[in-house]
Amino acid sequence: MKSSLTAGLLGLLFGLGLLLAGMANPAKVSGFLDIAGLWDPSLALVMVGGICAATGLLAWAGHRQRSLLGLPMQLPKPGKPDARLLLGAALFGLGWGLAGICPGPALLGLATGEAAFVPFVLAMLAGMGLYNLLPPPRS
Amino acid sequence: MQLDTLHFTPLASLFGGVLIGLAAGGFALLLGRIMGVSGIVGGLLSRGGQGDRAWRLSFIVGLLAAPLVWQLGWRLPDIQVAAGPVTLVLAGLLVGFGTRLGSGCTSGHGVCGLARGTLRSLIATMTFMLVAVVTVYIMRHALGA
Repeated sequence: MKSSLTAGLLGLLFGLGLLLAGMANPAKVSGFLDIAGLWDPSLALVMVGGICAATGLLAWAGHRQRSLLGLPMQLPKPGKPDARLLLGAALFGLGWGLAGICPGPALLGLATGEAAFVPFVLAMLAGMGLYNLLPPPRS
Repeated sequence: MQLDTLHFTPLASLFGGVLIGLAAGGFALLLGRIMGVSGIVGGLLSRGGQGDRAWRLSFIVGLLAAPLVWQLGWRLPDIQVAAGPVTLVLAGLLVGFGTRLGSGCTSGHGVCGLARGTLRSLIATMTFMLVAVVTVYIMRHALGA
């Protein structure tokens, strides 16, 4: 119960951050990715702000055996890049470039009532479901 | 390269990024997990993990509530989607499948992973950024769409 409430509040904070940052607007995201056109560098600052704010907290979390709510720490251990990572990131980059939408802003956009997010989110969920049909990674 | 000074929002984007980072850091510290949207949503679609459903759904509900809460104080920002329905479906499939195969998206790799300094997230972020930039270049400048 406590973890669900916490997750909900953090989801809200994340969503408000996306809105303030300008990430909710696919046209702005595409303007950032279009370095050869009129370039809008705003989203580089989103990453700078995000990484700076997260670094200390994540380092603190990394040193703990249990979370502040007493849950087991499940942060992934550092590993080597592999083919799945590279191929997955490349396919994601292709889709992100095509529409200017990544998963967080996709859900957020749906909640703004903008109809264009409906086909994107349905296809995104289908793509995630398709992945589940693959054999699990060896580890 | 020319700067788009009309649409550049340095302060709002920086502070928005800080809120995203605080949410990501708080997530790890309080829940012991990486705040990655593709992983949180994807986990709901995979078999097993019944005990995980509540906090995953709750995170998504919080995210979906953000535009409503935002509108208590401010007008929603402009949201313009240039892509047509076929492109949106193709892009959605690629984003859904690719983020699961690559174990993360902009939030999990691009913010959390880079903040932790992991090699996998650095490689993933450089890869999806590069491919996205090349894709936009081809669409806008090579094909002129």
